[in-house]
Amino acid sequence: MEQLKGRIIYRGKAEGEALVTSMPISFYGGVDPNTGVILEKGHELEGQSVKDKILVFPQGKGSTVGSYTLYRMKKNNTAPAAMINKETETIVAVGAIISEIPFVDKIDLSKIKKGDTVKVENENVTIL
Amino acid sequence: MELTKQEKAMLDGKEGYAVKKSMEILVALGDIFGAEKLIDVGSVQVAGVSYHNLGDAGLDFLNSLAEDGRVKVLTTLNPAGMDLENWQQLGISPEFAEKQNLVIDAFTRMGILVSCTCTPYLIGNVPLYGEHIAWSESSAVTFANSVLGARTNREGGPSALAAAFVGKTPCYGLHLDENRVPDINVQVNAELSRLSDWGALGYAIGKKAENKIPYISGIKKATLDELKSFGASLVTYGAKPLFYIKDITPGAELRQQPKETVTIEKTDLDDAYNKINDQVDEIDFVCVGCPHCSIKEVAEIADLIRGKKVATGTELWVATSRTTKQLADKHGYTAIIEAAGGKFACDTCMAVAPLKGRFKALATTSAKGCFYSRQNLMKTKMGSMKECVDAAVTGKWNN
Repeated sequence: MEQLKGRIIYRGKAEGEALVTSMPISFYGGVDPNTGVILEKGHELEGQSVKDKILVFPQGKGSTVGSYTLYRMKKNNTAPAAMINKETETIVAVGAIISEIPFVDKIDLSKIKKGDTVKVENENVTIL
Repeated sequence: MELTKQEKAMLDGKEGYAVKKSMEILVALGDIFGAEKLIDVGSVQVAGVSYHNLGDAGLDFLNSLAEDGRVKVLTTLNPAGMDLENWQQLGISPEFAEKQNLVIDAFTRMGILVSCTCTPYLIGNVPLYGEHIAWSESSAVTFANSVLGARTNREGGPSALAAAFVGKTPCYGLHLDENRVPDINVQVNAELSRLSDWGALGYAIGKKAENKIPYISGIKKATLDELKSFGASLVTYGAKPLFYIKDITPGAELRQQPKETVTIEKTDLDDAYNKINDQVDEIDFVCVGCPHCSIKEVAEIADLIRGKKVATGTELWVATSRTTKQLADKHGYTAIIEAAGGKFACDTCMAVAPLKGRFKALATTSAKGCFYSRQNLMKTKMGSMKECVDAAVTGKWNN
């Protein structure tokens, strides 16, 4: 069991399976809000669903409309259970706040492997 | 970030859901970007209005904010996905129109002026020199920072709305003097003879000053319309939303010429035209007004097209604010343009209307317009107002 501490962007508690990528994610156009599946061609996670996962990625990219895509995913029950970033930016931060998805950044992402069971509670990340 | 007692109360939900959500957004952004406090803003410009970009998710979110959210400062709105009155004539589907109207209803309930223009500074939202504002719409942000000397970051739709409900924005980035220092000197040696040359100049400098603030020398005069077009292009193609032009824009006299220097020669403008223009002769769409036409530009179009006819199979759109069109109506410019077969596209523009697949080839005065129209799968030609009106009349690009 390893404990990591980061910065709270949106507080909350969630536990689930980690889905990890070293590539930034564009939610607008890059993720299907109806299924939670990553659509971006050539993305490491292309074809995989973020639904109910602890989504671990460096930061967002692309259009600011991506904030609204996260909100739509939350409404459709296709959103991640929580998100972890290396260093976040406006699009994903605003998306997590308006969608009320637990979100922490300033975490060393190399500590988390795909398939790990991860618990997020405010600024604390625990790899179980 | 340090919050006052009143700000803490807003964050705790004492002023309702919309203000609480807004404070959460502002505090998170403030922490991410290292702001120490919130500062009052004089006005807000909200982008993210077209249903084409918002979708049902955005509409849901806006409706949830409209329940109890009311703006605290003068707040104007960016273009929507359609002309709110004349949408049928512009080929918009009733399904789209219904959804777009729901978006506009939500903004109206919030107390936002349904100005639907990317040029709020032409219709009464005019910030003062040094005034802090929270604007989205990159071309308006650039104009406000550079030509008016106001101070704003490039906000997204939700962060601008948050600033409107709270009346404040986190103090970081371009609100702080130390971040407004130019970091690249641009010596312009090329002659600028027509409006589109300013778009080409914006492209050329945007590429050479990527993510930088240019200090530009060598330009002897400029008009409002030229600076409006230049700023839109500059920020679309890569620079920060702030520029200085020696002896022309305010604050340039207070800045030192940066050491790093690049030059812009005629070949750089030619290269910009080559990159922006496609190989195409037949033009089926002419759209002028990106950013929205000023009344002076509408008058120029009327003067050029008086007594002529737009070619069969070609459409001419004049994109402008409804406020500007009302002035054009009174002066008879509208009648001249419509008699020639041209159409007004108020409240909307080529960048946000659902145009994918409707037209094959665009002629425009705007470098920014070309960028967005390519995403709508059009070929593009950029030229002067006269070249664009000629293309509308002949259906061809004569170059």
